Amino acid sequence: MAKVEELSGENLYACYQCGKCAAGCLFADHMDLLPNQVLRLVQLSDESVLSSRAPWVCASCLACEVRCPKGVDIAKVMEALRLLVLRTGETGLRLWEIPSGVPQIALVGATRKHTP
Amino acid sequence: MPNVARHPSRVTRHALPYFPGCALKDQAGHFEASAMAAMEALGWELSELPRWNCCGTVYSLASDDLMRHLGPVRNLVRVQELGESRLITLCAMCYNTLRRSSQFVGADPERLERINAFMDEEPDYQGGVEVLHLLQFLRDEVGFEEIAAKVKRPLDGLRVAPYYGCMLLRPREVGIDAPDSPGVMEGLLSALGAEPVDFPQKAECCGAYLTVTDPEIARERVEGIVSAARRAGAEIIATSCPLCQFNLEHHQADDASPVTRHASPVTVVYFTQLLALALGVPGDKLGFERLRFDPRPHLAERELV
Ligand code: SF4
Ligand code: SF4
Repeated sequence: MAKVEELSGENLYACYQCGKCAAGCLFADHMDLLPNQVLRLVQLSDESVLSSRAPWVCASCLACEVRCPKGVDIAKVMEALRLLVLRTGETGLRLWEIPSGVPQIALVGATRKHTP
Repeated sequence: MPNVARHPSRVTRHALPYFPGCALKDQAGHFEASAMAAMEALGWELSELPRWNCCGTVYSLASDDLMRHLGPVRNLVRVQELGESRLITLCAMCYNTLRRSSQFVGADPERLERINAFMDEEPDYQGGVEVLHLLQFLRDEVGFEEIAAKVKRPLDGLRVAPYYGCMLLRPREVGIDAPDSPGVMEGLLSALGAEPVDFPQKAECCGAYLTVTDPEIARERVEGIVSAARRAGAEIIATSCPLCQFNLEHHQADDASPVTRHASPVTVVYFTQLLALALGVPGDKLGFERLRFDPRPHLAERELV
């Protein structure tokens, strides 16, 4: 998908599906697709990746980024996928469901990740 | 300059522009207060950047999102206006966002040109401001030996697990230390007379802002981190990020938390609170009462407070 490539600035075809990113992702248990599977679908231009929960579970922790032997920054791919959804006007952030007592630093971080 | 600390009149010569960020003016006021007190004891002054604005908390990972670099760049302009070339940060998230943004605009003159064209009140940013985290400054400029020499109240083998989280270490280009095996906080803690407790989870993510949208995931992360620190024998966990601090405290205090159901919570403090304490700043100035789990029982056992 050219758009993901452009938004992420990453060479998506460098990925050879070794799975190191998924092995190191501490959030993968909560994802419906593993980080490398997300990347595979993007390589195949499979648009179903846009309805995956994985980019929303990704915390941009960059554990995958420092591990990838091919220098692919998956966190940027996740951000690109979030933005492609957000820029259609969709958002999963429901302000009224935000737990009380969360500090500003968490709120600003979350709202930035959930707005285009 | 060995005697700087004993000559208060000289302190102002060592003023350093410092970026607080939102959290340090609110929930993490004790992080700021303890850092300032510690730096004063070392003969330096953290001088708040005039007219600073929010850094945006998270660095934009999109290639076309120039808008989100505006906040960081405006702060760099403020540093430039002071005629300074360095900016000290305490919050790990501010550090990461400001440093990455400064590299992002520094890497491509066209990006910088567009941002400069957009800002009409500020002078153009010329580039070249270096964003540093206080830990880097303490290690590289002050030096741990110098700090050790100024310790008035050695921490007497207090077992402290340094927790780095993500933003101080990743990506590699902005990391203040090796992403896989950081040692800067250990070095500092040893200089203070504490016993650094190593645990493999020290660079794992605390769940960050997922605490807003998926708090159960953050809780699970905190459980993994805290129980590992406890197993490794830590009495206290030291952080340098207000969001890590919040998550590690909050998700242990939560009634539903599996972390505390079976064991007592592990106390979490900002590293600067231990630094200032060791440098002789009175314990009642360090905001220990603002922490969720009071470290004073541990400190009192060693007659540190
Ligand atoms: S670690 Fe890199 S190369 Fe391996 S699967 Fe993940 S993105 Fe692809
Ligand atoms: S950045 Fe996202 S995908 Fe990568 S390891 Fe962290 S949570 Fe997983």
